[in-house]
Amino acid sequence: MAASIKSVEANALTVIRGGRVLFRDLSFRVEAGKALCVEGANGVGKTSLLRMLGGFLDPASGTIRIGDAEDAEERGKLVGWLGHHDAVKAQMSVRETLSFFARLYRGDGDVEAAMDAVGLTRLADLPGQYLSAGQKKRVALARLKLCGRPLWLMDEPLASLDAAGKTIAADLITAYCARGGIAVVATHELLGIACERLVL
Amino acid sequence: MLRYANPTRFMQLSGTLVPWLAAASIVLLAAGLYLGFTVPPDYQQGDTVRVMFIHVPAAWTAMMGYGLMAVASLVGLVWRHPLADVAAKSAAPLGALFTALGLITGSLWGRPMWGAWWVWDGRLTSFLLLLFLYLGYIALWNAIEDETRAARAAAILALVGAVNLPIIEFSVDWWTTLHQGESILRSGGPLISTVYLWPLFAMALGYTFLFFTLWMIRIRTEILSRRVRSLMLTGEA
Amino acid sequence: MSALLLRDIRLATRAGGSAMLALAFFAAVATLVPLGVGADLKLLARIAAGVLWVAAVLASLLALDRLFQADFEDGSLDVIALAPQALETTAFAKTAAHWLTTGLPLTILSPLLAVLFGLPENATAALFVSLLVGTPAVSAIGAVGAGLTLSIRRGGLILPLIVLPLLSPAVIFGAGAVLAVLDGLSNGALLLLAAFSFFACVLSPFATAAALRLNLGS
Repeated sequence: MAASIKSVEANALTVIRGGRVLFRDLSFRVEAGKALCVEGANGVGKTSLLRMLGGFLDPASGTIRIGDAEDAEERGKLVGWLGHHDAVKAQMSVRETLSFFARLYRGDGDVEAAMDAVGLTRLADLPGQYLSAGQKKRVALARLKLCGRPLWLMDEPLASLDAAGKTIAADLITAYCARGGIAVVATHELLGIACERLVL
Repeated sequence: MLRYANPTRFMQLSGTLVPWLAAASIVLLAAGLYLGFTVPPDYQQGDTVRVMFIHVPAAWTAMMGYGLMAVASLVGLVWRHPLADVAAKSAAPLGALFTALGLITGSLWGRPMWGAWWVWDGRLTSFLLLLFLYLGYIALWNAIEDETRAARAAAILALVGAVNLPIIEFSVDWWTTLHQGESILRSGGPLISTVYLWPLFAMALGYTFLFFTLWMIRIRTEILSRRVRSLMLTGEA
Repeated sequence: MSALLLRDIRLATRAGGSAMLALAFFAAVATLVPLGVGADLKLLARIAAGVLWVAAVLASLLALDRLFQADFEDGSLDVIALAPQALETTAFAKTAAHWLTTGLPLTILSPLLAVLFGLPENATAALFVSLLVGTPAVSAIGAVGAGLTLSIRRGGLILPLIVLPLLSPAVIFGAGAVLAVLDGLSNGALLLLAAFSFFACVLSPFATAAALRLNLGS
C-alpha cells in the first residue's frame, strides 16, 4: 500500500445542495487505522459528504484535509473510491476490469490475490454483463484492494451483497485498517466492524 | 462595478437606467430610419440600398452580443460573479434575434439584385453559423436541469465558440474566394459615400442602445423570476 | 494514460462497440447520396469531397455522445478521475481512443468510397490526407461537446447542434483541399487544416476536462 496518512479531518463543513442546507459546521477527525461509519436516513447527505471528501464537490464553507493535502485534486489522489455504481463494464471480464484499474492506479497489482480475497476467482474470465449485482460489488471491493490508496471512501458498500459477501467486505475493511488505512463508510446498515460513528 | 454585483443594487440601478436607455434607443432608431429613408437612392441598387441600414447594424449588434455573452461567461466562470451567469443567459436570445434579423434583411437585400432568396455570400454564411452557435448555447442552457451547472457548461461553450468564431469567419471567407462567391454584401459594399454613413451610425447606435435596454430588462426579469422561485420553495419547505 | 487508451480501444472494437458502427454509417451515407443525386460521375466527382467529409463528421459524431456518458453512468468516470493522471490527460486519452476507433478507420475506408464517386487518384489521395489530418479535430472538438452534454438525458440530440458549427472550418478546408487538386490549383487548404487540427487538439483536453470536472461535481 502507498505511504499511509495520519488522519482525515473536516472542519466546520457547511453544505448546501439544491437550496437546502444539508449540514452546517460539521467537524470530525479520523486517525490512521480507524474506520468511520457515517449513518443517517436517505437523502440526508451521506453521499454528498463522501463526494466532498473525495474532492468532487466543494463545500459552501469549511476545510477538509486528507493527510497533508487540502486542495481538492491533491486529496483525490489519496482516495480509493467505492460509489453507488460499481464501474464494471459489460464487455470486460472480471480479470480485465481489475487489471485495467490496477494499471491505471499504478497500485500493487496482484489481481489474482484480490480476486481470491473476494471469492471471484472462479468467475475471473466472465464478462461483466453476466455478473449479478452482488458479484459486481465484489469486483468493486477487489478494485479498492488493488488501488493502493491510504483512504477508502465507501458509499453503501454492503448494498446487493449476500451474507457471505458482507463478511468479505467487513473482513477487507478490518484488514485494511489494521494495515494503517482509513475507511470512511456511508451506510444505513450495521457494518459489523469496530468503527467510530457519525450520525448526520 | 463589484458594488453592483449585489442583485438588489443592480435592480435599483437598472430600474433607473432602463427608461433612459429605452428613450435613447427610440430617438436614435427614429433618427436613423428617417435619415435612411430621406437619403438619396444608390445609382446602382436604387431604393433597395435602404435595407442596408437595417441589415448592417443588425449584423454588428449580433456580433457585439456574442462578445458580451463571452465576456459575461468568462467573468462568471473565473470570478463567480453572481450576475454574470444571468447576464450571459439573458444576452443569448437577443443576440440570436439580431442575427436572425440580419439574415432575413440580408436575404431581402439580395433578392432584387440576384433574384435568389439566399446566396452563399461570406457574410451571410458566417451569420448563419453564428445563429447556430447562439441556438446551441440556448439549447444547452435549457437542457441541463441544475441552474449552476447549466451556467458553467454554457459558459465553457460560449468561450469555446468565441475562440472558434474568428477561425470560422476566416474559413468561410477563404471558402468564398475558393468558389468565386460575390462579396457585395460586405459592409457597405464597394465604397460608402459619407451620406450613407450617418444613417448607418445612427442605426448602429440605436440598435446598441436597444440591445442594452432589452438586455437589462431581461436580466431584471430573470432575477425576479429566480426570487419568485426561491420564495415558492422556501414557502413550501 | 496508455491503460485508459487501450481499454477504450478494446471496448470500441468489441461486439456492440462503436468502431464498426461508424464505418457502416459512413458507407451507408456515401451510398445513399448518389441514389439521391443521380449517377452522373462528373457531378459526383465534384461533390465527393464535400459529401464524404460531411459523412465522416456525422459518423464520428455517432460515437461521441457515449464517449464520457457511458463511464459517467456506471461510475467508472469517478474512479478514473481519482487516478494519478490529471483529468486533462484522461480527456486526451479518451479523445485519442475515439479518433483511433472512428476517424482513422473512416480515413482508411475513404479511398474505397471515393471510387463510388469517380474521384481521380490524385484527388482520392488528397481526400485521404485531408481526412487523416482533419478527423483528429473532429474528435477533439466533439469531445468538448461530449463532456458538456454528458449529464443530459437526450444529449445525443443536442451534441450535433453544439459541435457542427464549430467544425465548419474542418469541412471547408478538408473538402477544399480535394477541390484544389481537382481544379489543378494550390490553395494551402491542407496547411490551414493542419493548423486548425493542431489548435483544436491542443486546446480540447483543457476545455473537456473543465466540462468533466463540472459534471463530476454533482
